Amino acid sequence: MQALTNRVKEVSRKPMSLWERMYLPAVFKGMVITFSHIFKKTPTINYPEKKRPFSPVFRGLQILNRDEEGRENCTACGLCAVACPAEAITMEAAERQPGEEHLYREEKYAARYEINMLRCIFCGLCEDACPKDAIYLSETFTPADYQRKQFIYNKKDLLIPHPKEEPEAYKKALGNRAGNKTAN
Amino acid sequence: MADEIKAAPPATFKVTIDNITIDVKPGTTILNAARQIGGDVAPPAMCYYSKLEGSGGKCRTCLVEVAAGSTADPRPMPKLVASCRTTVMDGMVVKNITSDRVLDARNGVVEFLLINHPLDCPICDQAGECNLQDLSYNHGEEGTRYQFARRTFVKEDIGPYIQLHMTRCILCYRCVFVAEQITNKRVHGVVDRGDHAAISTYISRAVDNDFSGNMIDVCPVGALTDKTFRFKNRVWFTKPVDAHRNCQTPGCCGKATLWMRGDEVFRVTTRKDPWGEVQSFDGKPGWICNTCRFDKKDAKDWVVEGLTTISRHSVIGTNKYETLQVPAETVKEVMKGQAPKLLMNIHNVSEVNNPNIHLSEIDRPAHADDFSESATHTPGQGESDQFGRTN
Repeated sequence: MQALTNRVKEVSRKPMSLWERMYLPAVFKGMVITFSHIFKKTPTINYPEKKRPFSPVFRGLQILNRDEEGRENCTACGLCAVACPAEAITMEAAERQPGEEHLYREEKYAARYEINMLRCIFCGLCEDACPKDAIYLSETFTPADYQRKQFIYNKKDLLIPHPKEEPEAYKKALGNRAGNKTAN
Repeated sequence: MADEIKAAPPATFKVTIDNITIDVKPGTTILNAARQIGGDVAPPAMCYYSKLEGSGGKCRTCLVEVAAGSTADPRPMPKLVASCRTTVMDGMVVKNITSDRVLDARNGVVEFLLINHPLDCPICDQAGECNLQDLSYNHGEEGTRYQFARRTFVKEDIGPYIQLHMTRCILCYRCVFVAEQITNKRVHGVVDRGDHAAISTYISRAVDNDFSGNMIDVCPVGALTDKTFRFKNRVWFTKPVDAHRNCQTPGCCGKATLWMRGDEVFRVTTRKDPWGEVQSFDGKPGWICNTCRFDKKDAKDWVVEGLTTISRHSVIGTNKYETLQVPAETVKEVMKGQAPKLLMNIHNVSEVNNPNIHLSEIDRPAHADDFSESATHTPGQGESDQFGRTN
């Protein structure tokens, strides 16, 4: 039969010679390759002790942003939810009452905001759609879990720490990319 | 000149708009002639409202170029004319979207309309069905050249039903005409002049006429919005449904569009025609009374006719409602009575769309305490969901 490509290799069906039937030379040959790797550089990274640097365009877990005074940016306009191709985002809006000005930036805010991480495909369209700088995809993975219910992230899970009350946690949550931006 | 014999005017005038010729009755405006052709040929209108006498001529978005005045006098008109106020002549040639002058002028008009507009669409309830939003999307610039502070107003409360946002107003006067022509007593109007001109009740009086809610529907922007729907949901996440009820209020047509979420009626509006105006029934505009609009927020009050047809260009179409029929659950039937195994009931985990919070029953915007723990009760273990399944 004519071969379709020139990469075809004929399989030899000849009976093995005595030298081949002894197997030991082949075993030694294999062990030489194995032990030679001890002296080579290891490509393995010991996660989580060591972490690989993220790509500058890495898209991870979402965070809900606050402004410099710690007020929530999100105004529940629903553009992230309508842009979401996986329909992972849901929200409910409420009106800001007098006395809540230090909590929310605009007169309307998201009383409830949820992202279903089982559905999220981390495409970043929510970040693109947001007119209020309120949602960003961070440099964190979604932690693994055994239960589905742990993947419904509400506002408590998503909000960035308060920049005035928890400045260190806030700085950590900003990540390297945001830190680099302010340094430049 | 006495012996001049005037020929009787023809029964219909031939008018050519964007190279499309149509016969219209004498006395028709260019805008209405263009609307008879339909589609992109019809100029946008922010202040003109065919059901309101005297409206039009203020916003200048409907400017068109008249390339030939008439068969008798084919000279072009020197300036662009407002098509809502200019009647057609026999043999008139009009250019709308085929004229660069018109498009350029319209861009300028939109820039002027947006000078003082706060552009708070993320907060505004009109977003998604706003004429100014569509207009600025089609004609507006991305940035603004205006360098001064936008005008602001002291917030005025005009009653329990209508929310007035004066900063968003473009002073089209439509709501004033509604109060003048539909209700028997007008208590609001445009006060002050120039940059200070504002829709106001002057001495903080509530607009409480039985048909005052129609002001919300004629408003082309988000200046007048429904207080009972305020912040409840974005319009493109609701399900518009045509429905009617036997309304006893004289003058109320009883035919409305319900904007629903599940089985809850979040908002009631008049039915709109393709031009964003209230639909006519038996030759009369279908205004609805405040009882229908604000007090009948129960689906049982209405006879549902079917889904409202939404223009495929509208963002409201992203709600993905194509039919009112909910597909029947067949798993039980196929599995010989065995209910499907539910891996997770979303209502046990999710706080959004809690089946025990009825936003339609709150006649004001929701506040933080409406979503608090005491107001909610999430169905716990052992309770059955809508399919009769337990988990």
